[in-house]
Amino acid sequence: MALLEIKGLTQYFGGLCALSDFNITLEEQEMVALIGPNGAGKTTVFNLVSGFYTPSKGEIIFNGQNIAGLKPHKVTSLGIARTFQNIRLWHEMSVLDNIKIAQHYNLGYGLKDLFLRTKRYFLNEQRIEKEALRILEVMNLREYAQERPSNLPYGLQRKVEIARALSVHPKLLLLDEPAAGLNSADVKELIQLIKWIYDEFKITIWMIEHQMTVVMNLCQRIKVIDFGVTIAEGTPEEIQKNPKVIKAYLGDGTI
Amino acid sequence: MRKLTVPLLVIGLFALLIGLAYYDKIDLYTQSVLMFMGINIIFGSSLNIVNGYMGEFSCGHAGFMAVGAYVSSILSVLFFAQDRVFGAPLLPPQYAIYGFPIIVIIAFIAAALAGLLVALPSFKTRGDYLAIITIAANYIIISTIINIDAIGGPRGFMGMKSVIFAMEDVVYLPWMLIWVYIFTILSIWAIYRFVNSTYGKGIVAIHQDEVAAEIMSVNTNKMKLVAFMFSSGLAGVAGALFAHVLGYINPNSFNILKSTEALVMVYLGGMGSLSGSILAAILFTFLLELLRPLQIIKWVVIPLLLIILMQFRPEGIMGNKELSDIFPRLKKFYQFK
Amino acid sequence: MLESIIQNIFNALQWGSYYSLIALGYCLVYGVLLLINFAHGDIFMVGAYIAFFVSTLFLGHYHFFPYALSKPVVLALTIPITMFLTSCVGVFIERVAYRPLRRKGANRLYVVITALMAGLILENGNLALLGASRKKFPELLDKVVYHFGNITLTNIKIIVILSAFLVFWLLHFIVTRTKIGMAMRAISYDRFAVPLMGIPVDTIIVFTFVLGSSMAAIAGILFAMSYPILDPYMGAMVGWKAFIAAVVGGIGDIRGAFVGGFLLGFIEILVVAFFPSTFRDLIAFTILLIILSFKPTGIFGVAKTTKI
Repeated sequence: MALLEIKGLTQYFGGLCALSDFNITLEEQEMVALIGPNGAGKTTVFNLVSGFYTPSKGEIIFNGQNIAGLKPHKVTSLGIARTFQNIRLWHEMSVLDNIKIAQHYNLGYGLKDLFLRTKRYFLNEQRIEKEALRILEVMNLREYAQERPSNLPYGLQRKVEIARALSVHPKLLLLDEPAAGLNSADVKELIQLIKWIYDEFKITIWMIEHQMTVVMNLCQRIKVIDFGVTIAEGTPEEIQKNPKVIKAYLGDGTI
Repeated sequence: MRKLTVPLLVIGLFALLIGLAYYDKIDLYTQSVLMFMGINIIFGSSLNIVNGYMGEFSCGHAGFMAVGAYVSSILSVLFFAQDRVFGAPLLPPQYAIYGFPIIVIIAFIAAALAGLLVALPSFKTRGDYLAIITIAANYIIISTIINIDAIGGPRGFMGMKSVIFAMEDVVYLPWMLIWVYIFTILSIWAIYRFVNSTYGKGIVAIHQDEVAAEIMSVNTNKMKLVAFMFSSGLAGVAGALFAHVLGYINPNSFNILKSTEALVMVYLGGMGSLSGSILAAILFTFLLELLRPLQIIKWVVIPLLLIILMQFRPEGIMGNKELSDIFPRLKKFYQFK
Repeated sequence: MLESIIQNIFNALQWGSYYSLIALGYCLVYGVLLLINFAHGDIFMVGAYIAFFVSTLFLGHYHFFPYALSKPVVLALTIPITMFLTSCVGVFIERVAYRPLRRKGANRLYVVITALMAGLILENGNLALLGASRKKFPELLDKVVYHFGNITLTNIKIIVILSAFLVFWLLHFIVTRTKIGMAMRAISYDRFAVPLMGIPVDTIIVFTFVLGSSMAAIAGILFAMSYPILDPYMGAMVGWKAFIAAVVGGIGDIRGAFVGGFLLGFIEILVVAFFPSTFRDLIAFTILLIILSFKPTGIFGVAKTTKI
């Protein structure tokens, strides 16, 4: 069974059609890219999948359950995590706290335990702390646990954001332009990191990316949209040669 | 052993205070100043949950205090005192000692429910628009009270003093001082536990980036509900104590000016600093008493001092730091973050 | 029946005029600085007091200026002088209290607290300086009452309503048609791009405060002419309400503030027509709360979408 199946997803903002009849099927353990020129509606797709918008039409079926219109925190607890184009960490608290707060989907205790400091509270807080430290350890971020993200270089902030997304144990990881704002050395490292995450965690990764090096190196399949409409789909090689894609990116040359 | 240092210290100070009051070593005036200090600590630090930690701008905190004050006063007069409107007490007045804490808890619940008035709109509204809703809520609560004639309307409500006397008749102790400090300690304890748990830190995440909080599985609506209700509930506790210390309340003592006092305490102490709020509440109460001889000029001098403070230290006394951040050696004894 | 409705409409228009004029001041400052200028209601009060002192001065109530001028002359002098002096107060507060904080990049909420404090200083400073005795504003205009059937209109009522619309029209012209008005709108769109375009931000901000405060001054004069008893706390309640009205209309758009002011005026007059007057605040605020809950950015406000 497919992990994520999107059928006829359509989104209007007022009268503007931001996305029309978008379809995609993601299998388990796959790495897929969504590309397209600026304003093509890529982030809209991610916002719909992660629950920020309720789609005007269409279904989003994740693990056999229609998640269209669910609240973002519900979607996340079902196993879809995402990162943002512009890094959205909580900049005024430590990296460790950033990861710990992401465990809200599975706190294991309630307000009563919190105020009475029951055994359950301590056990779960310990579990959360251990879990967060483990993720930081795995991602080689252990030494920055007590730093504030705003004090870290941009590349590391990106890494922390990915670590935070992974900490909710997603089955599907959405990366919104992970290479945006990184220099070429950082990009190389990022490619390694994503590859490693893919192998290590055995999850499905779906990314929006502009940098072709990243997409061509990583993804088995690419989907191209422009003005909310799907214009091409295929392997990296096929996409590179597709005249429609070239036209969308470069114009049709009839100036 | 070290884990117990702070609780022991608190209990020791508490016992010392009660002892001094019992043997008349501190006069009634100082006692009342100390009681208002405790009330202000609850009032200020409870607002800090919403304004400091969660980063919303609630400026109608006194409305919830009014709810707590009226609910508790009505209940305690109804149950334990002879009243013109409510008639004979429903229970023998000597039970007041046991009844009072229950009444304060009911005041907490009532004020927390009143907090829904602000909490529910906060799902959709934020920032300055929410600030307006809080102001409107403050006015709505006050004018509702003014329009209920049975509880005195604009004339106010009294009779709580006799409940206190009833407690003193059973055991002679400075009861209000005891209650105020018990609830102050409990409130600080509760706030401390809340904001230091992963659960409670969700509201800090909402402050710093609400979108990220929602996407990283924080149920933002629920957290807002919890934070607003917790905060306004504690304001209700402060109100209940306030009403019983004064023995007389009227709706206009809970107007926007009172809300402003809470705001001053939060921002004087620093947003998101619990020890800052406590310090600011102590300082503010002292300042009010110190400047009492100036009469009306007091209300020129205090704002002026605050404006000057803001110019030199715009983040408040503590910023968002805690005492233990500034004096790391304190960390040995307690962890405030 | 019809007559009482028309009578109430005129009363509401008059009452709404004060709210609108004050709401416009809030709206201007909010639009440019994103600052809730909580001192603005008290600027209105200061305006009324300044008008009192200026007019009594020209009416010859003090020894050092023993010349009594005729009433129309006094009125003609009082309006511009009051506007000027009140703007000075407004600009003084901005220069001394808000600007340094803005320069330091302090949290916006701290500036709001400073504004609250400035308002308190104005109220209580006034009380401390002038004492608790209320001032009676002199009659600068002979009251004329017109009767249309059972409807009574005073000339003051008509002047108040007309001046509110005139001021709004003038302000609308300034904001949409003049260079400085466009600069004001530009600041509200993008604070950071504006200085890069060579627009002197601080000058624009000062101009905003001048505009806002002089409108509060006009409101103060008009209010004092119809309700001649002045007291230091007169601005607080009216100010808070006008602010809420501005938000309900949609703060950040002067049309919104203007409409919001009248809306509040109508609600209040309507409530008083049917209920005991103590219900006025309760019902008015409840209606405003409901409006805000359903349309959080106000009637004219455009919902801001957060970019994700």
